[in-house]
Amino acid sequence: MRKNLTGKTVAILAILVVFVYGIFGLPHGLSGSALKQSIADRIHLGLDLRGGTHLVLQVMVNEAVASVTDNDVARIQADLQKASLTFGTVGKLDPTHPEIITVTGTAPDKTSDVRSLLESTYQNYDVSLNADNSWTLTMRHQAVLDIQSHAVTQSIETIRDRVDSLGVSEPVIQQYGLGDNQILVELPGVDDPARVREVIQSTSRLEIHAVTGGPFPTEADALQSVSGVLPPDEEMVHGNGTGEGPDQVWILKRVSVVAGNDFRDAEPSQDENGRPDITFNLTSVAGDTFYAFTSANVNKMMAIVLNNRVREAANIEQPIRDSGRITGGFSPEEAQNLSLTLRTGALPASLNTLEERSVGPSLGAASIRSGVIAAVAGMVAVMVFMLIYYRGAGINADLALFLNLVILLGFMGFTGSTLTLPGIAGVILTIGMGVDSNVLIFERIREELHLGKSAASAVDQGFAHAWVTIIDTHVTTIVSAAILFLFGTGPVRGFAVTLTFGLLANLFTAVFVSRVIFDSILERKERGTALSI
Amino acid sequence: MELFRGIDVDWLGKKWYFLGFSLIFSVAGLFSIFFWHGIPKGVDFKGGTLVYVSFDQAPNEDHIRAAMDAAGLHDATIQRISNGPLTQGSKDEVIALPQRDTSESALDAGRVAVLNALTTGYQDSSFSIEKVEVVGPQVGKQLTHQAELATLYSLLGMLIYLWFRFELIYGVAAVVAVFHDTLITIGAFSLTNQEITLTVIAAILTLIGYSMNDTIVVFDRIRENLRTMRRESLSVVVNHSINQTLSRTILTSGLTFLTVLSLYLFGGEVLHGFSFALVVGILIGTYSSIAVAAPMLVAYQDWRTGRGKAATLPAGKKSRA
Repeated sequence: MRKNLTGKTVAILAILVVFVYGIFGLPHGLSGSALKQSIADRIHLGLDLRGGTHLVLQVMVNEAVASVTDNDVARIQADLQKASLTFGTVGKLDPTHPEIITVTGTAPDKTSDVRSLLESTYQNYDVSLNADNSWTLTMRHQAVLDIQSHAVTQSIETIRDRVDSLGVSEPVIQQYGLGDNQILVELPGVDDPARVREVIQSTSRLEIHAVTGGPFPTEADALQSVSGVLPPDEEMVHGNGTGEGPDQVWILKRVSVVAGNDFRDAEPSQDENGRPDITFNLTSVAGDTFYAFTSANVNKMMAIVLNNRVREAANIEQPIRDSGRITGGFSPEEAQNLSLTLRTGALPASLNTLEERSVGPSLGAASIRSGVIAAVAGMVAVMVFMLIYYRGAGINADLALFLNLVILLGFMGFTGSTLTLPGIAGVILTIGMGVDSNVLIFERIREELHLGKSAASAVDQGFAHAWVTIIDTHVTTIVSAAILFLFGTGPVRGFAVTLTFGLLANLFTAVFVSRVIFDSILERKERGTALSI
Repeated sequence: MELFRGIDVDWLGKKWYFLGFSLIFSVAGLFSIFFWHGIPKGVDFKGGTLVYVSFDQAPNEDHIRAAMDAAGLHDATIQRISNGPLTQGSKDEVIALPQRDTSESALDAGRVAVLNALTTGYQDSSFSIEKVEVVGPQVGKQLTHQAELATLYSLLGMLIYLWFRFELIYGVAAVVAVFHDTLITIGAFSLTNQEITLTVIAAILTLIGYSMNDTIVVFDRIRENLRTMRRESLSVVVNHSINQTLSRTILTSGLTFLTVLSLYLFGGEVLHGFSFALVVGILIGTYSSIAVAAPMLVAYQDWRTGRGKAATLPAGKKSRA
């Protein structure tokens, strides 16, 4: 019975070729370094092998909810005023619950009017009247969730834009964790996490306000200039100009002329004295607003406010449309960072760093080296032992083991999986556990031979009995690996992946390939000669 | 070459020795866990900052300590990194700051502080920071929770699979054996005061799978023999099965142990905890299949006979008739 050995052998060789392609792709050359390059192109290295930075950021989604409700507070005030409904205060009483707005002091006889106004305009809220004639508006849960998830996706986009400016290759920026509004950022090759966080998390806010008074040396002086009562649409803001000089107090209009999203573009550049400054462009809509403002206020002052401090107060010499320049007092790095923040837009909420890991490139290379040495040493030890203990069949096992590794690495190349240091450990473990299947089969064959069966029959029985156990043992280990994959992160997942692929490949090589090799040996033997095992 | 021909050891007869041996190690481990080193948690679980620094010349720990103190970092622990028994004269140190210094709004503060402390205070040689791990308190709790869940689900999955393939008692015996292995392995970490990190948990989950493997091989043989050796007592069948599978068990453990030993010796510092867990785990896992799982089957059987129920252990779902 030929058992179609030629067909099976061809199939095995074909698989070998396919998976070698998986590892190397189409190599550019056959020298050692060209092959190494081919492997590097196909198999991705994890951060612990390549070097890089890993950050887990928490999006403070409550801030995004708070800014939406802040807006709504202002709108409710305006709407009630327009409808001539009196009210006392509108605000959020509980800072830990930004989704609840309280309205007090409405006229008791206008209850139905107030209710119909609130309910029709603010449909994202549940409106209820309290016993003390105050109203509570609670944002609906779905609306809150929508704001939160929007904050996360928008943060991811903004971070992506900012990271692009760092010129990092293959950054990973994605939602992370099990629904906790966390973002994972992985930047290979970047080992200065401080700079990364600076760039990603900068929440600089730049605004331009009209100046109505100042500079004063203290707040008391500023108040005196308006006879002790600050108009409701103005505020006092501190600043010390370009950084040198004492702190001063300005009185500015509360509402900004241009801010945040109005900046279309910003670039660091240099002024006439070669010092760093920032040139900016506004969007066309903002440009119109700015033009109107500057035309109406020639020879008055405007203040450039950075993070709630007056950065610079300049005289409006002529109308400005949509491009301008912020000068003075920037270090080159500050100019760069601020331009980036203006260009990429503001983060919808601030980001807290929960976890930060970075690996320098030389440690990464050292890890690869030790991992590979350990793998080779382990493999050699196992192969030698199999040859000594099982003689001819040992060659069988060693071939199957080699093919096992080729398929495993090929799998990784094809699926674009990431190889981490625990992943290399997984490869090493696959060697040990993989050879277990061969041992199971060979021991059984030896038993059958001792019972006096012929070589062919012993091989048959050996494979048949061992098959059941092999399935059981592989399934249980793969179940462990699957759970590790689900619950693990980065490096641990890499381990689960190589272990699973390795065991799956082993099911194929230890059973099918070994069987084919045995069968072809038995073919060639004459009846009665002993099997080398 | 064949090492295990014609072995006929009465394993079950030695069960009291096994019990004693297991008890000694379990109790020692538990003692260490509760009263001595506790369970040493790596930064992944307890939070904090780890800074790995590589020096150009052999570092002087006293001078490093002085530099840290001068910068106000009195809680820093400084430890020389050994790359396993086969590398000499390591020039790497790991400086650890406890979680107290790590607040989520200033996660980087620890690393920056260490860097500044060394730059201003340590003059012996130049250095570079090779690796940093900062874990905030929230993530620490999250990861602990995930590790616990993963272990629980693993054990549950195994139990269900074995219940499905064999009988419930087989599953229970195997889970008890695995539990025993995990306890002794964690006890070993506690006794040697090594930290348990995420990769160590991965190793522990792997050795759970591995120990199961081993136990399943013996159980498979028991099931097979129960069908053919119907007139023998359970003890005889179990002993016979263990003896038959002994060569495979020792060989496989030996081979896997060889590969893991290679990892322990050559694999570098990062995988140290991982390979230690596997080295211990493989030895104990092999031992437990013979010394814990098998005797448990027989003990359960004896208990059932003692209560007047069926005299032979069912071989599995297929032979219910």
